[in-house]
Amino acid sequence: MTAAATIKKKFNKEKLHRFVFGTKEKEGAGKQIVVYGLLICIGFVYLYPILYMFCTSFMNRDDLLDSSVKWIPSTLFVQNYIDAGKSMDFWVSLLKGVVIAGLPTLCNVAVCMVVGYGFARFEFKGKKILLGLLIFSYILPSQVTMIPTYVLYNNMKLVGTLWSFILPALFGNGLNSAIFILIFYQFFRQVPRVLIEAAQIDGAGYFKSFVKIAVPSAGPAILTVFLFSFVWYWNESYLTGLYVQGLSANSFWVNLVVQLSNFDTSFETMAQTGDAATNLNECVRMAATALSILPLLVMYLFLQKHFVESIDRTGITGE
Amino acid sequence: MKNEKKVKKPKVKLGKLEKREARAGWLFVLPWVIGVVAFMLYPLCQSFYYMWFNIRITPLGTKYIPVGTGNFTQIWLENPEFPQQIVTYLWQTVVEVPVIVVFALMIAIMLNGKIKCRGFFRLIFFLPVIIVSGPVMNMLVSEGAATIPAMNIQSVKSALDSFLPHSMAESIGELFSNMIMILWYSGVQILIFLSALQKIDPALYEAAKIDGGSQWECFWKITLPTIKPMILLNAIYSVIFLSSNEQNSLITMIKAAMFSGTKEKGYGYASAMAWMYAVIVTLIVLLFFLLLGSKRDIYDRQVKRHKREMKKEARTVKKIERRGIRNAKKIQKARQKRNYRTYDGSGDY
Repeated sequence: MTAAATIKKKFNKEKLHRFVFGTKEKEGAGKQIVVYGLLICIGFVYLYPILYMFCTSFMNRDDLLDSSVKWIPSTLFVQNYIDAGKSMDFWVSLLKGVVIAGLPTLCNVAVCMVVGYGFARFEFKGKKILLGLLIFSYILPSQVTMIPTYVLYNNMKLVGTLWSFILPALFGNGLNSAIFILIFYQFFRQVPRVLIEAAQIDGAGYFKSFVKIAVPSAGPAILTVFLFSFVWYWNESYLTGLYVQGLSANSFWVNLVVQLSNFDTSFETMAQTGDAATNLNECVRMAATALSILPLLVMYLFLQKHFVESIDRTGITGE
Repeated sequence: MKNEKKVKKPKVKLGKLEKREARAGWLFVLPWVIGVVAFMLYPLCQSFYYMWFNIRITPLGTKYIPVGTGNFTQIWLENPEFPQQIVTYLWQTVVEVPVIVVFALMIAIMLNGKIKCRGFFRLIFFLPVIIVSGPVMNMLVSEGAATIPAMNIQSVKSALDSFLPHSMAESIGELFSNMIMILWYSGVQILIFLSALQKIDPALYEAAKIDGGSQWECFWKITLPTIKPMILLNAIYSVIFLSSNEQNSLITMIKAAMFSGTKEKGYGYASAMAWMYAVIVTLIVLLFFLLLGSKRDIYDRQVKRHKREMKKEARTVKKIERRGIRNAKKIQKARQKRNYRTYDGSGDY
């Protein structure tokens, strides 16, 4: 009787052990729980600032001062958004932001593709030096070249116009262009050379074989570069403020991120003239932050698959 | 006849074809080369030139007043902020980059297992890449949204302060108080690791398992060596990201110095700052490159040591041979001179 019971107990223990820690073939439930738990916790930590931002942005002043209201606002207070949007000139800034990010991105995609193809397809003297230079240009902080470039643009009267972004992009030196050239380089190296050579035997020149064979096959890489370039241009406030906005308060070109960095002062002046219904408090600031990231957030929700799979498909991790 | 020609043709024309290809290659790369010269190398030289001047913009035009190393002494001796910021930046980068890389690797390994909703988790972990921009970060940090709510920062800081030098303790404390931001910076790195992990041949793991390797051993002996280049890539990416990020107060300082109206500041002063900053960033990149960049793993190292030993042996053998020849010659000479015979191994003594 007792012997049977002990055997039974032992058996159960073994089973439990196997269930929790798993065998060599199957993963145990314990490990699964730990992994999921960690992922969910870290996921929450990741989303915490965004959740905090959205929750706070809907609070009114009473909620903010009320210590019993921590997360969920008592009323859906939209006035914050209306005021912040007015102060940032939301729709105009949005449109301008799309142009500021979009045009240089298009140039970036086109030029980086050509250059990447040149590096991947052809062998020529000095290629290694040029590739080294490419990586160096990525490592070099833009602050070193910023001052003479600013002087140059100033002499050419390009500061405060979009040309100060388009021009470098046209010559493959836009924002993070080195990364994009490397992405295209990696990608075109994987395109079978035979295909291009076949086209050349059929009489296509170098340029024609590039346009007709290489470009159509580079869809994933183009999409990746486009998305990343767009996002990075959109989020770049340092150089945008310097070149495109030209550091003047009443410049034509201004985007949401730059507006956000000047938000406090612009809101103060608006409040003084009596246009704002609320005072400057953290709810309004959070509403402004939410407004400035909203366009990209919407874009991300629609295109998330392309973003997430982009790095896989470009083969940046090499073969 | 025709066949012969066809065989011969490429041999003769290969040089020409190669030349033509090289020319086409240069043509494709040309826009970028022009760009690099115009927007990188030329400004680089120019800011190097600016560094030695005090540049004043007057209504009559730009004035260049040579000051020698005056800008540097100004920065280091009279402006206390810049050296301080440089030290903080240095510590911060050196502390934060490993945290980012290790964290990204952990998440990537967890996501790489058999997991449901992998797409959903990837969505969350990549989300910050879309959002991180200087002003947004500034807003979130200033509202205190960047701190993990359950963590008591003050106690961590005071505990660190008691046994570490102050600047180091401060940067580590900074790390804890902006933990979420640092986690946010690892979105791209997670994806890079993930796609590298997925390219490892599963047969390797199977073979290791058959030989009795545990998962722990598999990680250290298969996963880590395979993704080592990606670790270097991610570390460098993180350094560059942190250095060009607007959270970094050094770059805002450079910009402020550039447009400051005071007498001693200006373009020259800002150039000197920017150059020092660039040197430090390059040094940090170099540091990580030296730490992680060696392509050799244990096996390669063993092979190399073996080869070195073989070479040494060969050298000693050669030395002995040479000495033998030399000795033989000496003996011969001596024999001719003194004309007496020694036993040379051939014939009778």
